[in-house]
Amino acid sequence: MKYIKYMLVGTMFGLVLTKTEAVSWFRIQEMFRFQSFHMYGIIGSAIVVGVISIQIIKRFKIKALGGETISIPDKKFNKGAIFGGTIFGMGWALAGACPGPLYALLGAGYTSIIVVILSALAGTWVYSYLRPKLPH
Amino acid sequence: MIELLKEPWPWYVSGPLIGISIPILLILGNKMLGISSSLRHTCAAVLPGNVAFLKYNWKSEMWSMFFALGIFIGGFIGGNLLNNGEPVKISAETVEDIKALGINSFEGLVPSDIFSWDAVFTLQGLIILVFGGFMIGFGSRYAGGCTSGHAIMGLSSLQWPSLVAVIFFFVGGLIMTHLIAPVLYSIL
Repeated sequence: MKYIKYMLVGTMFGLVLTKTEAVSWFRIQEMFRFQSFHMYGIIGSAIVVGVISIQIIKRFKIKALGGETISIPDKKFNKGAIFGGTIFGMGWALAGACPGPLYALLGAGYTSIIVVILSALAGTWVYSYLRPKLPH
Repeated sequence: MIELLKEPWPWYVSGPLIGISIPILLILGNKMLGISSSLRHTCAAVLPGNVAFLKYNWKSEMWSMFFALGIFIGGFIGGNLLNNGEPVKISAETVEDIKALGINSFEGLVPSDIFSWDAVFTLQGLIILVFGGFMIGFGSRYAGGCTSGHAIMGLSSLQWPSLVAVIFFFVGGLIMTHLIAPVLYSIL
């Protein structure tokens, strides 16, 4: 199965998110109240490692294992970053989780998270349906 | 060693491990870290209806669903096999602020006042879980990504539209935490 490797990376990702409590509603409350450095330290150091790795990949023109050139397309700005960003932030603060932690919390045994996941799927579907009418 | 792994992992261990998943995904198959896309692919696979935004070859994005499945497995390992059963050690001020909302359970990763099947069938629990989830799905797709795609991947690749998105994630989060949630908790 060519996808197993992505599942393994996801397993590491989910384990790290869980063990560092980034999946915790309590930690998200703490973050949005600026009462601890914890979440900022996680996001900040992840970005530092990400920036350095991407620079190395670009400088040395490192290729993917399959031989294809690694390319990171530029994100194009649209007003969704503002409107959608604000709505997402509100959901993040209210439910205390973003999409990654939702899957991790379900795995950790908090089965009522399925309600949040189904609602997130509904939100995704409704956005997709309304997309032509929304400002972008 | 196992005892050490069961302790909560400090940010300077977890942050770099999260960051290193970016080059791993790029090198494994030129994949861009981003988790909310898996929600779109699931919609496209299950209920595309007549919606143009959901009509694409989602099968070519299957890696993203396997990545999400992996996160689920990682959550299982971290939340069960490597769980020390201690409450999350948040700051004393946060505990006070959360108690002021009327939440009193501090066991586990999430409060059972909201995240339990009993709570799902109360107005407060239902509204928080359903509206919270809806805004997560709607907002992340509208913004073109979530914390992983914009904050981690987008900022790591120095994309200014991602910086705008992340700033507004925080604008929304601060509005919810400090203005809307206190009202919601008091009336529900």
